Amino acid sequence: MNAPLENLTAKDFSSDQEVRWCPGCGDYAILKTIQKTMPELGVAREKQVFVSGIGCSSRFPYYMNTYGFHTIHGRAPSVATGVKLSNPELDVWVVTGDGDGLSIGGNHMMHVLRRNVDLQLLLFNNEIYGLTKGQYSPTSKVGTKSPSTPDGSVDMPLRPCVFALGAGARFVARTIDTEAKHMGPVLKRAHAHRGTSFVEIYQNCPVYNDGIFDQIKEKKTAADTRLVLEHGKPLTFGAENEKGIRLNAQTLMLEVVTIGEDGVTEDDIVVHDETNKILAQMLAGLKLPDFPEPIGVLYCEATAPSYTDDVYQQRIVVKEQKGEPDLNALLRTGHTWTVS
Amino acid sequence: MSAVEEMSGQEGANQIADVVVRFAGDSGDGMQLTGSNFTEATALYGNDLATFPDFPAEIRAPAGATFGVSAFQIYFGSDEVSTAGDQVDVLIAMNPAALITNLKDLVPGGLVVVDVDAFTDKNMTRAGYKANPIEDGSLDAYRVLPIEITKQVLESVKPFGLSHKFAVRCKNMWTLGLVMWLFDRDRTVTIENLEKKFANKPDIAQANIAALNSGHAYGETAELPTGVEVYSVPKAEVPPGLYRNTTGTDALAYGLIAGGQLANLPITFASYPITPASSLLHTLSQQKQFNVVTFQAEDEIAAVCAAIGASFAGSLGITSSSGPGISLKGEAISLASATELPLVIVNTQRGGPSTGLPTKTEQSDLNQAMFGRHGDTMLPVISSSTSVDCFDVAIEACRLAVQFMTPVILLSDGYLANASEPWLVPDINDYEPFPVTFEDNAEGFTPANRDPETLARVWAKPGTPGLEHRIGGIEKSFETGDISYEPENHQKMTDVRKAKIDGIARYIPEQEVAMGEAKGKLAVVGWGSTYGAIHQAVKRCRRENLDVSHIHIRYLNPFPANLGDLLAGYDQVLIPEMNTGQLVNIIRSKYLIDAKPLNKVSGQPFKISEVEFAIKSLLEA
Ligand SMILES: Cc1ncc(C[n+]2csc(CCOP(=O)(O)OP(=O)(O)O)c2C)c(N)n1
Ligand code: SF4
Ligand SMILES: [Mg+2]
Repeated sequence: MNAPLENLTAKDFSSDQEVRWCPGCGDYAILKTIQKTMPELGVAREKQVFVSGIGCSSRFPYYMNTYGFHTIHGRAPSVATGVKLSNPELDVWVVTGDGDGLSIGGNHMMHVLRRNVDLQLLLFNNEIYGLTKGQYSPTSKVGTKSPSTPDGSVDMPLRPCVFALGAGARFVARTIDTEAKHMGPVLKRAHAHRGTSFVEIYQNCPVYNDGIFDQIKEKKTAADTRLVLEHGKPLTFGAENEKGIRLNAQTLMLEVVTIGEDGVTEDDIVVHDETNKILAQMLAGLKLPDFPEPIGVLYCEATAPSYTDDVYQQRIVVKEQKGEPDLNALLRTGHTWTVS
Repeated sequence: MSAVEEMSGQEGANQIADVVVRFAGDSGDGMQLTGSNFTEATALYGNDLATFPDFPAEIRAPAGATFGVSAFQIYFGSDEVSTAGDQVDVLIAMNPAALITNLKDLVPGGLVVVDVDAFTDKNMTRAGYKANPIEDGSLDAYRVLPIEITKQVLESVKPFGLSHKFAVRCKNMWTLGLVMWLFDRDRTVTIENLEKKFANKPDIAQANIAALNSGHAYGETAELPTGVEVYSVPKAEVPPGLYRNTTGTDALAYGLIAGGQLANLPITFASYPITPASSLLHTLSQQKQFNVVTFQAEDEIAAVCAAIGASFAGSLGITSSSGPGISLKGEAISLASATELPLVIVNTQRGGPSTGLPTKTEQSDLNQAMFGRHGDTMLPVISSSTSVDCFDVAIEACRLAVQFMTPVILLSDGYLANASEPWLVPDINDYEPFPVTFEDNAEGFTPANRDPETLARVWAKPGTPGLEHRIGGIEKSFETGDISYEPENHQKMTDVRKAKIDGIARYIPEQEVAMGEAKGKLAVVGWGSTYGAIHQAVKRCRRENLDVSHIHIRYLNPFPANLGDLLAGYDQVLIPEMNTGQLVNIIRSKYLIDAKPLNKVSGQPFKISEVEFAIKSLLEA
């Protein structure tokens, strides 16, 4: 971990551009938390690069006083891969939306995760296409009414964290736009991880999909709808931490139990192990109303080498084998003959 | 000049000026390997040469199928050779399918060598023969050399105890030995190649060498029909220096590496496999010791985007594909244009539309290169005309990309990629470097700053303190580079982008005349791989005192500044193209001249005679 940049504050990471999201948009809160977290990461401003696709969320780089590239719809992971391949010393962040990252860019998302390119990938999930005025997205719940689905959407949404784990992501976390105290540490964990760190951020779009995460966000209900993950701690929730997640040995599925009822004790509750991929996959699929929704680090496999590390390692080996490159010598390889 | 006329004794002493040989067999018969070894021996002998490998789209077609025939043609001679030749003088047909598909190109009186052992009923039926062509008189117009090649081969490799399958595979080397005898080629290099190729299987190497020598000995000792004897093709007169053979792919790969060096930049080469472009990715991935990172992306969109990301970060991003893949890259190319980042896009063209003819050549992506994007995306387009030319053109693409901060499209094609020719190896120190200087001064910096002369945008790479900035596809203010939706600003930015590309005409050489006078009755104007056929056709016509010149255009956008005036100096302009008439339309609309098209889209390169005929028709009309 790098030492924090002591002389810098959130303000130093704020660009001179006027922020143009709708009033009340969850993106504001995310921006604020990221700007606040940046000095704590200890990486010089000029080494930070934010790459985005297209969407409301993808406007993000314009507001960061770092290097930034607002690219084309869905392709930010590919552009970011090129940035990192070109200069592995840069600290690369991808900002994408549920449409950008999982619809048009789903293929690139899969491959950047599988390859494990060393970057942080933040997916602002508002379960809607904000920028194009509210069409449903691949994460919209069945029945979502939108301009393109006036009678309600009928196709199955996907769960971003399930997708990420399926694609082979080695770091998968989830957090919430307005929960700075939760998001900050998650971002730091994501940043510290070598390889692709996938962070899903529940983001409210007050204009086109207002309130979809309210149950999870509101104080009144949060205790029962949220499962806060901490490595080594039991998966309990509820106002008194009286409820927990147990593995049913018969069905091999997770279930909600109440401690003290039906003979359930604390020992029956699953202890979170973020290095356990099977557990992570089960947790990633939990959703309301049957389960509380997990937030925090679902999975972290710290030992896998990053793609970019391996690419450069290979080059070092080849350079050692082949010696100093000499283009004139290369041009003269194979059979040559002299005409005099 | 047909070799056969001369083979029939006119010049005597079995000396001929030039000859076309084609090896044809099943795709599993090793014809490409045979051809490349013969090419190497021929180059070492000192002839000028050009080759045309022509292989099927099927990787392993069923044995004996006509659609699985793989051929390798070489044209070599004592004079300048710049195409793989029109008509075949010597055809090697390893089976009935190879004979039936290639015989039409054999000149009457030409020599055909066939492996009679492969003319089984099954093979003949599969190829579509009702009777044995060797016996039924249908080859009477040619000189036929029927040899039991398979039997000869099995005999010659017996001492090595190979299985029948492996023994039969030595057939191609036996045949090569025979053809090497016919043209007095040295076998040493082929033997070395075999030893290297089968270093881990010495008995296979030795068997192949034995087969090669046995084919050669057969020529020396067997009683062959009159006229089938050793021919000598005198050495060509070429400029002195060190030579090697190169394919367009190799020359292009080396040119990109050279371009990176001359720009003093690392290269990030990102691509997705597609025939016939993949070999560029293969070649560059073997050159990691140079500052080259290669990336096989998940698709063409990811490839071009990774190249753009690499350019943003301070490398030279390069991507490569063929027509269908270039279509996928279109949106991202416009991003590179809007953000004014350097990017080289190599298109190794193939027959289209859609999957079209993946292994055949065509020049039908010129319109795509010029116009195939949304929203007034203008960019430079350049093309290579020969395999060797790919080297210089690749360097030029890199130069234009970094000097003007723009995507550049380089058009090559399947023919150039695979065809090889001798290359007077250049010295990289003879090339003018064009080192890039990155901005590092924060004073007065905006990402919109431009060079007042070239109009190139400033390049400030991430990692540079004090120059943190954002770029993107949204229209930017001319002054600050910030997002701007102002009407006048968009007009201005569009004008500037256009002026920058148009202005490149001031930084490229004037158009020269490749052969002939700078004015006259007729100019034959070409671009890309039609160079050889046009050049030879014009040469033949000029020998007959026809007033015709050859102009070959490397810079397709912008055109050289003098092109319009130059073309105006001819009564007529003829534009041969392997498409339905793309350059001709551009020339007509740009210069308002009545240029005439000559089009061919058969997947095969132009024949010299086709261009020659068109020239004469125009001049006689
Ligand atoms: C090639 C292309 N297709 C379509 C669009 C239009 N478009 C822009 S953003 C977007 C969806 C954005 O949704 P999401 O990624 O969820 O971002 P949000 O606006 O919700 O943050 C679409 C369809 C585009 N810009 N480019
Ligand atoms: S449309 Fe929704 S997501 Fe987009 S800026 Fe407005 S509130 Fe935010
Ligand atoms: Mg969205």
